Amino acid sequence: MDAQSQFSGGFQNAPIDAAHAFRTAMTVMARPGEIRRITGGQPPAPLSLAAGSLLLTLCDPDTGVFLAGAIDTDAVRQWLTFHTGAPFVTADQADFAVGTWHSLAPLGQFRIGTAEYPDRSATLIVECEDLRPAGSVLTGPGIRDTAHLSLPDVPALQANAARYPLGCDFFFTSGDKIAALPRSTQIRAEG
Amino acid sequence: MYVAVKGGEKAIENAHAWLAEERRGSTDVTELSIAQIREQLSLAVNRVMAEGSLFDPDLAALAIKQARGDLIEAIFLVRAYRTTLPRFGYSNPVETGQMACDRRISATFKDAPGGQVLGSTFDYTHRLLDFKLAAEGEVPLAPESQPRSEPIPHIADFLQDEGIIQDEPTSDATPGDLTREPMEFPAGRPLRLQSLTRGDEGFVLGMAYSTQRGYARNHAFVGELRIGKVAVEMDIPELGFAIEIGEVELTECETVNQFKGSKTEPPQFTRGYGLVFGQSERKSIAMALVDRALRWGELGEENLGAPAQDEEFVLSHADNIQATGFLEHIKLPHYVDFQAELELVRKLRLETDGRTTPQEAAE
Amino acid sequence: MTDQTKTANSERQDWMGLLARAPEDVLMELWAEMGGHPRFEWLRSPEVGGVMVRGRTGGTGAPFNLGEVTVTRCTLVLQDGMVGHGYVQGRSKRKAEVAALIDALMQTESADEVRARVITPLGCRMQAVKTARAAKAAATKVEFFTMARGEN
Repeated sequence: MDAQSQFSGGFQNAPIDAAHAFRTAMTVMARPGEIRRITGGQPPAPLSLAAGSLLLTLCDPDTGVFLAGAIDTDAVRQWLTFHTGAPFVTADQADFAVGTWHSLAPLGQFRIGTAEYPDRSATLIVECEDLRPAGSVLTGPGIRDTAHLSLPDVPALQANAARYPLGCDFFFTSGDKIAALPRSTQIRAEG
Repeated sequence: MYVAVKGGEKAIENAHAWLAEERRGSTDVTELSIAQIREQLSLAVNRVMAEGSLFDPDLAALAIKQARGDLIEAIFLVRAYRTTLPRFGYSNPVETGQMACDRRISATFKDAPGGQVLGSTFDYTHRLLDFKLAAEGEVPLAPESQPRSEPIPHIADFLQDEGIIQDEPTSDATPGDLTREPMEFPAGRPLRLQSLTRGDEGFVLGMAYSTQRGYARNHAFVGELRIGKVAVEMDIPELGFAIEIGEVELTECETVNQFKGSKTEPPQFTRGYGLVFGQSERKSIAMALVDRALRWGELGEENLGAPAQDEEFVLSHADNIQATGFLEHIKLPHYVDFQAELELVRKLRLETDGRTTPQEAAE
Repeated sequence: MTDQTKTANSERQDWMGLLARAPEDVLMELWAEMGGHPRFEWLRSPEVGGVMVRGRTGGTGAPFNLGEVTVTRCTLVLQDGMVGHGYVQGRSKRKAEVAALIDALMQTESADEVRARVITPLGCRMQAVKTARAAKAAATKVEFFTMARGEN
């Protein structure tokens, strides 16, 4: 990767772009299952537009990032370092972890918070082939009746929800699309 | 129950308008500039930077102007601004041994290498008001001598070479940051020092004084006090190497304390450490004394139950912004709270007045 | 890392450090006098932030957090593709921009001119201020002398 592209691909207008992206991230987390578009960053492959924009919005030198599997390339590391300053850490120390569902497994390696500080847990950014409002049935805070979302592994996510108030939170990304699943959401397999 | 009451908007607006006018004072008098405050009230600026936890003289001077000289209010303004700044990272630990010293004295060794350099000190002045300052006038330039450029060694290094002072093993452990994580006890020395360096000067001074008067006495000598500028260096990930990103003025004090030894340590000297933004001499000596008092546990000393030995007490009350926030909030409307208290006391009074207790009857 | 890039890095550390600490008015004056300012595009536009300054317990021991310092940074690219970074103390976006432009130019054929017209005079002026302070400090150094006591 040449120097110039390592340093490009950040938000063009950081305060405005980050505010828009943050609003989207907050909305999808507050409305589990809702799919929105999130843009602004131009990350190097194989990072999706959505995952890249989300990382630009949420990461800084105080947030440890774990890059799982094929996502962990020099280009991604350099790009993230320049634009966020976030340090790279192992899975068990991560504030944010990025990768495909398969590469992030097992879920047990991530922090789930403590009784005093449930927020000291990892947020997983799961890169997906596709995101559809279909499949698993979601209920709980932020959902009027029920919502539907294509989830990768229902039993593992149900087990995570059962740990509430501890547990991980999830963003699912695909292209420029993003959805979220907080630990407070109840999940039923397709029904 | 919490009852919201609206109103007072106009009164608040007018109060703030009057505040602005009062801040300006009489327009017959020239307005103060930020540069004047920065240059001529520099020790106030230093205190606001130290306790505001942000080294930026212009910003501290602005805060002092806005706060009408109320330093705690100015510190509050700087703290509030600080929270809006993105954190670019952490510097490499500053090398105080490389400091370009404006002042460097030792109370323990007369002939310390590097010498006793007094700097621009209030020491040895007679504390007589100088009425010449009331009139404007030219100040003669201070005399100069042949400057030295080599770094001045730390006094503690000499005692260390002799092996009669407690070792200060170097480490690269990542210190906790109380601006990011709530403090938990026991806090440990790095967090204690962070808390003390931004703590209220008056509070830290009072605590230090208490140790001198006998509450956990540890007989401190000022081994060394130095004031000057040091470079701040930070690793820049996108460059792959460290660069200097600036320069800060610091006051460093290291005390050398008598120590008879304990179950775990041989007789030797021990250390207390103070490091504060700006020229902040009183604060850094006080910090070193309180630091030393709080180290009783790690040195195997007895806990005498003195206030300055109580980490939770000292660190929980050192921050003047936390303190003033909690203190001053009680002047804000508590109408409903108090109404409830009033009802309760009236009811109790009625009950007391309306009955004659057996005891009273017996008397 | 080869010795050559190490030397290059150490030179770059020197000028970036100098620019970071430079008084804004002096830097701007020298920059304006040099003229011929190149066109550029932002890769990261100037932003003001804080860096947590660390000290060590006892001056040599374990690190602790002392307090923050304001820093402004930016990154830009010249039309020939040369990238420049600006990291400067304080809150001046204009100073960060000029520092980044100089950092980029110092890696091009213009380096000699920029060094002669900005870096070297800037370094001299900053050193003069430092030396003047050191001279005043030196004048306050105590010269002890022993008073004669007793009979002889």
